[in-house]
Amino acid sequence: MTDEVTISARNVVKAFGQGNAAVRALDDVSLDIRKGEFFTLLGPSGCGKTTLLRLIAGFEMPTEGTILLDGADITTLPPNRRPVNTVFQSYALFPHLTVAQNVAFGLQMLGRPAPEVKATTERMLALVKLEAMAGRKTSQLSGGQQQRVALARALAPQPKVLLLDEPLSALDLKLRKEMQVELKRLQTETGITFVFVTHDQEEALTMSDRIGVMSHGKLQQVGAPRDIYTRPVNRFVASFIGETNFLSGVTEGAGVRLPVGAVVPVDSPRAGTVTLAVRPEHVRIVAPGEAGAIPATVTGSVYFGTDMNYQLALADGTEIEACVVSGVTGEGALSKGEQVGLRFTPGAVQVLED
Amino acid sequence: MSPAEEAVRRENIKSAWQLSAPALLVLTVAAVGPLLIVLVYSFLTPGTHGNVEWVFSLEGWRGVLFDHDIFEDKLVLADGNLTIFWRSVKLSFITTVLTFIVGFPTAWFIATRSPASRAGWLFLITIPFWTNLLIRTFAINQIIRNEGVLNTLLLKAGLVSAPLQLTYTDTALLIGMVYVYLPLMVLPLFATIDRFDMRLLEAGYDLYASRWQVLRRVILPIIRPGIVAGSILVFVPCLGAYVTPRILGGGKNMMIGNFIELQFGQGKNWPLGAALSVTLLVIVTIALLVYVKAISGERKNG
Repeated sequence: MTDEVTISARNVVKAFGQGNAAVRALDDVSLDIRKGEFFTLLGPSGCGKTTLLRLIAGFEMPTEGTILLDGADITTLPPNRRPVNTVFQSYALFPHLTVAQNVAFGLQMLGRPAPEVKATTERMLALVKLEAMAGRKTSQLSGGQQQRVALARALAPQPKVLLLDEPLSALDLKLRKEMQVELKRLQTETGITFVFVTHDQEEALTMSDRIGVMSHGKLQQVGAPRDIYTRPVNRFVASFIGETNFLSGVTEGAGVRLPVGAVVPVDSPRAGTVTLAVRPEHVRIVAPGEAGAIPATVTGSVYFGTDMNYQLALADGTEIEACVVSGVTGEGALSKGEQVGLRFTPGAVQVLED
Repeated sequence: MSPAEEAVRRENIKSAWQLSAPALLVLTVAAVGPLLIVLVYSFLTPGTHGNVEWVFSLEGWRGVLFDHDIFEDKLVLADGNLTIFWRSVKLSFITTVLTFIVGFPTAWFIATRSPASRAGWLFLITIPFWTNLLIRTFAINQIIRNEGVLNTLLLKAGLVSAPLQLTYTDTALLIGMVYVYLPLMVLPLFATIDRFDMRLLEAGYDLYASRWQVLRRVILPIIRPGIVAGSILVFVPCLGAYVTPRILGGGKNMMIGNFIELQFGQGKNWPLGAALSVTLLVIVTIALLVYVKAISGERKNG
């Protein structure tokens, strides 16, 4: 991966409908995707991530803004003239062609000589481990195999960018895990820039070099998975990725004072009312009355095997979730109604913009 | 398969046969029966006032291809008959191609409408069936004749200086046949396009296919069953068309159907008419076999 930019979206707006009834699927999105990276667009359905992908593919034209590929403006270029290929959510394999013919399609349309088409097709089928299926009709394949054909077909013309539109959503859990590893391997082996769209935060965290979190047609935060998880910029990002406790308080001295009176030692960049975000695994349960600990009551618990999740309530009723590693024999387990103290791991508390 | 399952299977087959027996009986009596009569008549001698005399003769069959030259007393190839056969096949083929060229965009248009309006468009396609074929064909004649709607409009618009002579030409015949058989092409095409996954178009464009290539390499191969069905539904009845060439061709430009009718009417040569009918049947069968074989062969290589 380099810092060289492959795809660049500049102030892209995409509106559907006319006049006042128009819906902005994308609202002033600017984004740089680097060469050779695995970039994920993450967000709930309707957030505009698929629209952005379709704009890059050329299936839609932006209402405003431009899209650059390696510095060249491709905003109005039709899909068949962009060196960009897509793996569709439905796979969209050609039912009248065999597996090998599907993979060869793009190369044939590019007018490559027959020996090259044959060689590349074979190489691609080997890459996705489907050599044995070359002569089969796509309808004779399982979902996972169809997925591989779709991948091989899109990779065969060696595009500059591969777009993947929720390609794993139709697979069962086990197959999905396998394909996640597979996709990552293919991306590393081919060195092609992958732009992956998903609503599954776990998928995004495990596979991506960088993630762009989207909501309501806007890009909320772009960064490495670790940055997104540990330093979410706003409430949406913090709540969409992983579990988070939100606490509102008022900046006071070297911390933020909670309504229950306790002061959380955190470096707040803003005065007045702020929102604190703290992950359940950074909430530590200590003995009640310990100096600086926030008093709380246990209201419930869920056992997850390695972890134990406790639901707690502060004196003013604010709910907090804590995640602790279960003991060997479950010793020290807390029961409902027990009085405890809470501490937050130093440096793990985020002060959010809103 | 266990004996019990085998018994059940046999029982099912038996009841299926019993259920379809009435339909099979009607089909056998109504289709095979007349066909046999026609076949038998083709080997008999013509009666003086039509009908047949029960004397075996190959004259009818000889008349399909040969004329008896009364001056030199020898058989010569019947150019007239061959011309009529050739014309029929040619016009039917052109009609099939034209109905496809007009019918494909129509079917595509209907199949890509919203489900609610689709029913309306299909309804419009079936409207011509409400009127008798004879009346519709006369209506076409009214439109294309020298003082008809078409020529009046063309003259008024200044596109032509003299009325186009369309009546009693092959063009008139083609216009009529395309009009009559168009729904039979549109409906099967619609049925297959309706099941066509439009996302494949995007996949095609994405993989560098031009619009033309998407049409040729993706759409047409996938909707091929509809094209085959539509072509058969148009080509076969076209070949035996009677009313349309009779009215729009003016009896001058005959097709096989009219020629056969002539033998049973004025010609008073029933065996020849019967032999021609059987010949038409053979042509249709051969044409279908060649067509289906070509299509499936192409699929194998495609």
